[in-house]
Amino acid sequence: MPGITREEVAHLARLSRLELKSEELDHFAEQLNDIVDAVARVSEIAAEDVPPTSHPLPLTNVMRADEVRPSLRPDEVLAAAPAAEEQRFRVPQILGED
Amino acid sequence: MSVIDLVPYEEALASYDPVMGLEVHVELGTKTKMFCGCSTALGAEPNTQVCPTCLGLPGSLPVVNATGVESAIRIGLALNCEIAEWCRFARKNYFYPDMPKNFQTSQYDEPIAFNGYLDVELEDGEVFRVEIERAHMEEDTGKSTHVGGATGRIHGAEYSLLDYNRAGIPLIEIVTKPIVGAGDRAPEVARAYVAELRELIRALGVSEARMEMGQMRCDVNLSLMPKGAEKFGTRSETKNVNSLRSVERAARFEIQRHAAVLNEGGTIVQETRHFHEDNGSTTSGRIKEEAEDYRYFPEPDLVPVAPSREWVEQLRGELPELPRVRRQRLQSEWGISATEMQSALNAGAIDLILATIDAGAPADQARKWWLGELARRSNEDGVELASLPITPAQVAKVSALVAEGKLNDKLARQVIEGVLAGEGEPDEVVAKRGLAVVSDDSALGDAIDAALAAQPDVADKIRSGKFAAAGALVGAVMKATRGQADAARVKELIFEKLGVQPE
Amino acid sequence: MADLTRYTAAETASAIATGEVSAVEVAQAHLDRINAVDEKVHAFLHVDTDGALEAARAVDAKRAAGEELGPLAGVPLALKDVFTTKGIPTTAGSKMLEGWRPPYDATVTRRLKEAGVVILGKTNMDEFAMGSSTENSAYGPTGNPWDLSRIPGGSGGGSAAALAAFEAPLAIGTDTGGSIRQPGAVTGTVGVKPTYGSVSRYGLIAFSSSLDQGGPCARTVLDTALLHEAIAGWDPMDSTSINAPVPAVVAAARHADVKGMRVGVVKEFGGEGYQAGVMQRFNESVELLRSLGAEIVEISCPSFTYALPAYYLIAPSECSSNLARFDAMRYGLRVGDNGERSAEEVTALTREAGFGPEVKRRIMLGTYALSSGYYDAYYGSAQKVRTLISRDFDRAFGDVDVLISPTTPTTAFPIGERADDPMAMYLADLCTIPSNLAGNAAMSVPCGLAPEDNLPVGLQIIAPALADDRLYRVGAAVEAALNDKWGHPLLEEAPAL
Repeated sequence: MPGITREEVAHLARLSRLELKSEELDHFAEQLNDIVDAVARVSEIAAEDVPPTSHPLPLTNVMRADEVRPSLRPDEVLAAAPAAEEQRFRVPQILGED
Repeated sequence: MSVIDLVPYEEALASYDPVMGLEVHVELGTKTKMFCGCSTALGAEPNTQVCPTCLGLPGSLPVVNATGVESAIRIGLALNCEIAEWCRFARKNYFYPDMPKNFQTSQYDEPIAFNGYLDVELEDGEVFRVEIERAHMEEDTGKSTHVGGATGRIHGAEYSLLDYNRAGIPLIEIVTKPIVGAGDRAPEVARAYVAELRELIRALGVSEARMEMGQMRCDVNLSLMPKGAEKFGTRSETKNVNSLRSVERAARFEIQRHAAVLNEGGTIVQETRHFHEDNGSTTSGRIKEEAEDYRYFPEPDLVPVAPSREWVEQLRGELPELPRVRRQRLQSEWGISATEMQSALNAGAIDLILATIDAGAPADQARKWWLGELARRSNEDGVELASLPITPAQVAKVSALVAEGKLNDKLARQVIEGVLAGEGEPDEVVAKRGLAVVSDDSALGDAIDAALAAQPDVADKIRSGKFAAAGALVGAVMKATRGQADAARVKELIFEKLGVQPE
Repeated sequence: MADLTRYTAAETASAIATGEVSAVEVAQAHLDRINAVDEKVHAFLHVDTDGALEAARAVDAKRAAGEELGPLAGVPLALKDVFTTKGIPTTAGSKMLEGWRPPYDATVTRRLKEAGVVILGKTNMDEFAMGSSTENSAYGPTGNPWDLSRIPGGSGGGSAAALAAFEAPLAIGTDTGGSIRQPGAVTGTVGVKPTYGSVSRYGLIAFSSSLDQGGPCARTVLDTALLHEAIAGWDPMDSTSINAPVPAVVAAARHADVKGMRVGVVKEFGGEGYQAGVMQRFNESVELLRSLGAEIVEISCPSFTYALPAYYLIAPSECSSNLARFDAMRYGLRVGDNGERSAEEVTALTREAGFGPEVKRRIMLGTYALSSGYYDAYYGSAQKVRTLISRDFDRAFGDVDVLISPTTPTTAFPIGERADDPMAMYLADLCTIPSNLAGNAAMSVPCGLAPEDNLPVGLQIIAPALADDRLYRVGAAVEAALNDKWGHPLLEEAPAL
């Protein structure tokens, strides 16, 4: 397996929305490398014919009826908001598409 | 951004074959959201239809709405799809403030429905088969309002306000396989497909699919390949094209734009584009610094959906008559041409006409009103026919008043106008505006006498057998009665007074 | 009057029910104890004095009115700060949620309240339950009551320490890779990870959804069983919850008899890397079970050696997605919003400031493992290992009733020793992780002190899914035999605080 470079850590940090400091990039690159080295072992026994388990229970079709349940009150909804206005969450300008 | 000179449409099609992919999102009309019990009713105050789950609060968990799954299966069946025996939800991971969990609960490589088709009919009756890749379940996002910018758009805004009432409303995303071979009719096919899909969704009763309300939204993916080539070109993805007309225009514009870029030896960038209703153009969205990596994985908070074959067959058996079949039936019942049927479809008038007939109007009258006066109004106002503030029952009532001789055509139009203006039921409009036909002979008598006295020469012509001249007198009487007279009766009375008997 | 904080939960409930003491007296005794020792132990992040006394008064009023009380009515409890409590601060040990008062109760919280359990407060934990030492709490570490310079295990170190420090007779933990059992082992208390799906996760702040499981912690096996019954059972709010009766764990805890049971010793857990004293106490436990009439069988589960790597792919992957919601938009911390920065920048600055290093490390590891191009090699392979581990368990349980192993390879290590060595830290969960991956039930029960450091050692018992009752039968038998041998429960040997 290829090692995780500083650039790759920076990329992962962007994907994960973490504004890492420069020294963190180096530190995490080293640690993630060690961890990835160790965990890459899983492929040793993960043969083609072994089905993956995403869930420990064999449950299927858990559904609820289409019946309205009470919602939260707006004051409860907004109580923890860092900022609110007009009963809406106020957030910094959103970049990107409109 | 540089302005490109578009290649004329015919010229573009002479050198290239368009390949389209259409992705349509339909908001289901379930009572509650896809993964929680919050109401989906429209028009609520902001953030009043949210709970820990659709707000993405720490610790909250989703539970699947059974009706959402049922609707997805019914849509899949109506689109001639296979229904998965076992499928899962997946998380689509990306950050966006309108998405409370910063992942969308969707389906990835295991959609509930796949491999289907929809036959669509073009204006001239040609039938084109659009292959369906998949239909899958997912959830809608919240709504942001941008404050401080000049236009209310994101760019230039100082901050945004978020309302999560819409977050979590069930969506079905229907994705076509690449649509090839439509040639110069590609934009028309795109429009007809979306129109047919809308009819289908409405016929199933799973959504009102009102595009102007965002209940149905379309992304148009388009690429060109040089004639004779086999490999698809690079595509552009025009997002949120939200009317039938726009779907057609967006496809047309992109064909011309791609051709221009390719003719100049340029390459098409795979990007998101925005459609502009005002001039029918598209512009580039944000250029992404890096390719999207949604890191899909099976949603661990939900268990697989495994619709039993019994259930699927039961739902198949309960499907309503599908729109195209129904149109063929109605066309023959109503005795109209394919083109007339097509314009009724395009106007979104079929159900309204049927409802008007159900309310007692003759078929031809129902068609006449919805495709005439009311279609004109909906075009003028830029709203869908169904959104006009008049009901089929009201149209039927107007039609009945005409049949009873209480209104003539001209008055009937005024009554419709009154209903649209919110003046009440047809009867009330008639009363308030004083629109009843004057058929009281004595009331008409004075007006007729006055007309005869004013135009003695015309009276003479009639006496001498030139009956057609009566029109001038009828006109004068109608004018005097402000159009409220029954024109046929006026004519009869004139002949009576002059002692002539035409025919 | 006797020291009410030394009562077991069963004794406390009985004393309240008979009127020997009031629930308020019991609650006050524990609040006093917390006041006296928690400055040193730091088991609690928030003590809800008013709420606790009010709940106790309600129990007393019910009794006065002649109403029937549940088996845990009036018994105080320490709740891991990863379950939401309406109106009461809930932080998951993170700066990200400092000051957050949830607008809703977790299902576990609601069940506890309905049972008349008196919730004393919220306990310290590794941030978002990621860790094995409680050192990753944004609010400072918790000390192990046996030796305050040592870790109490993690992530539920606060809950385990509260029990060992006699601040509460009952506690709730969550176990994603061992976070109930490992703290239980190193503090000399009992902890159970129930079968996945038997305790609702609704309101449990998710770390790794397919592995997380809430569970009971106490000082005795019977108390643990009583709490297990109070919190377990189907919940329509949790799609992964099992709609089946809860195994009769209280009855099993009262039926401490292993005669004729087949007990498998997992061959892969032991040897190199295991502290000698831990192995010594474990081997003695094996002999003890044999002497009590159990049949001992050695069982090999070869894929267990891949459990740790699989876990460190699956848990970070799920957490990278679960923790994406902490974006500074709707609740919690917001950093750097100066009116100029975009939402995107504010999210990134907030996450940088609000998450500790272990959380960041796992988020990035998970993001990596799920990335296109790596998914199959990492996440995909890990899910296959999960299948193989389940097969090993199935094979083993075809032969034996329960499996046993040491709960942890070592006793409590000193605070700071492994703080910046993630790989060393991860080894603490070596023996506990397979049960999370397979979703079955497991318990840690004290089995003595390691001779070299006089610190508690835990015996892990593993039962098939939905056979949680077997844990209690075996655990109670071991507990009774050892208490007989020692003449008192192990915790009485803990030094005074």
